[in-house]
Amino acid sequence: MGVLVDQFPLFLNGFLGTVRICLFAAIGSLVFGTLIAAFRVSPLPPLRWLGSAWVTGFRNCPLAVVLFGFAFGLPEVGIGAPFEVFGIIGLTAYTSAFVCEAVRAGINSVATGQAEAARAVGLTFQQTLGNVVLPQALRSVVPPLGSVIIAMIKNSAIVGAFGVGGELFSVEGTLTAQGYPALVSLTGVALGYLVLTIPAGVLLGVVERRVAVKR
Amino acid sequence: MTATLYDVPGPRAKRRTLIFSLVALVIVGIVLALVVVRLAAQGQFSADKWGPLVNPAHPLFSLVWSRLGQGLINTLIAAGLTLVLALAIGTLLAVTRITSAPWYRWLVVSVIEVLRGLPVVVSIYFAARVLPELGIDLPALWYLVIGLTAYNSVVIAEIIRAGVSAIPKGQSEAAYSVGMTRGQVLRMILLPQAFRIMLPALISQLVVIVKDTSLAFIIVGYEEFVRTANQIIQAFVNQGTPNPIQVYTVVAVVFIAINYGLGKFAEFTERRLSRAKKTAAPPAAADALDPVESTQT
Repeated sequence: MGVLVDQFPLFLNGFLGTVRICLFAAIGSLVFGTLIAAFRVSPLPPLRWLGSAWVTGFRNCPLAVVLFGFAFGLPEVGIGAPFEVFGIIGLTAYTSAFVCEAVRAGINSVATGQAEAARAVGLTFQQTLGNVVLPQALRSVVPPLGSVIIAMIKNSAIVGAFGVGGELFSVEGTLTAQGYPALVSLTGVALGYLVLTIPAGVLLGVVERRVAVKR
Repeated sequence: MTATLYDVPGPRAKRRTLIFSLVALVIVGIVLALVVVRLAAQGQFSADKWGPLVNPAHPLFSLVWSRLGQGLINTLIAAGLTLVLALAIGTLLAVTRITSAPWYRWLVVSVIEVLRGLPVVVSIYFAARVLPELGIDLPALWYLVIGLTAYNSVVIAEIIRAGVSAIPKGQSEAAYSVGMTRGQVLRMILLPQAFRIMLPALISQLVVIVKDTSLAFIIVGYEEFVRTANQIIQAFVNQGTPNPIQVYTVVAVVFIAINYGLGKFAEFTERRLSRAKKTAAPPAAADALDPVESTQT
């Protein structure tokens, strides 16, 4: 287990790489997923179709296939980029479908009577949305969104399995190439992910209790 | 669609919706057309690239599809084995966690939390790389199944636990009052109802399992659907007609069809269960858990 100490800089580097990938993918998928959710609840049918198609496609397709498709498909049509960028694009596209569903479920969880009551007392559309619906929706969206992001952190390992260097999962490959046993290097990798996911889960539980809507 | 956000439209709003819909349709159409033009310009619609996949008269069609079919069968075998094992171990874990005395409950909880916090890729790789190092040699299928089971059994354990805690307290109280032991209450009263309540969530978990079998691409020797597809692509690259877009499109369509069907089946069972419910209290915790389940990778 001394390897874990000796090779700490390598693990740290991989850990930071994973954090970087996750940060980009999290921001991207939150923005994009919310946009798709807006499509899915919009009054315009074509946008709803587009949103449903996006969600159905990316939610039911394995992330590995999405990543393979982006990483080997895009260069075929003349779009080249470093592997890491393809990884982030794939992870973002995949996660955005789950973000969309979480946001949409949150909007739908607000009882119809709330918006009706708001309109009945004469609030405008903006006031209804901004003062009544969204504050309630955002609260019920936080827990599922948190689960989505934790799942995304775990999924980022698949990006590493593709051979994107400078990422936590790929540290194992580097160490194996140097002749270290897999048990040791994988334990280090596993610890790295647990350091991210378990505190995130605990934090999520705390936030969940704080923002819970009393109904 | 959601009456929450806007009123039932009047004639003017209907007209506006129609106009904006057409505009949106045109924009979406233009974007799609641009993609198609780009693909066509790069020769992505040529017969050499699509023929082996969609044209039964193509000389390689039957070879490609017999390989892909075998790969798909292998994927389903791995998913089926994982489901059975994960259900068995998951139930056992849930029961252990529910019945455990406080002095060792922390142990069960930490095992569950650790396995749940690990990426599935890491557990599969752990099985595939560490077990041989420890002298345990198995066919590659089992490394995949062990890795997938390690993750999914704890998820299923949590689903079952949520199901048990969603059952009204009166059920177990009544069972105890007619003299049942703790084991009998769990086995005969709580677990059957928990499985029933959580059936939709369990089916949704099957979608996750099917998707995760594709992670076998990192372990050598088990040729499931995605790994087979990669090998086919490699063969075509060597032959001079690279067709990754086409093959991955087919792979994605097959996965989407299977998982979409499973998802619809989960919705169907959910509707059936909520219609046929005889117990008075709605399983509040089950409902609360549902969006979380559907968000799992």
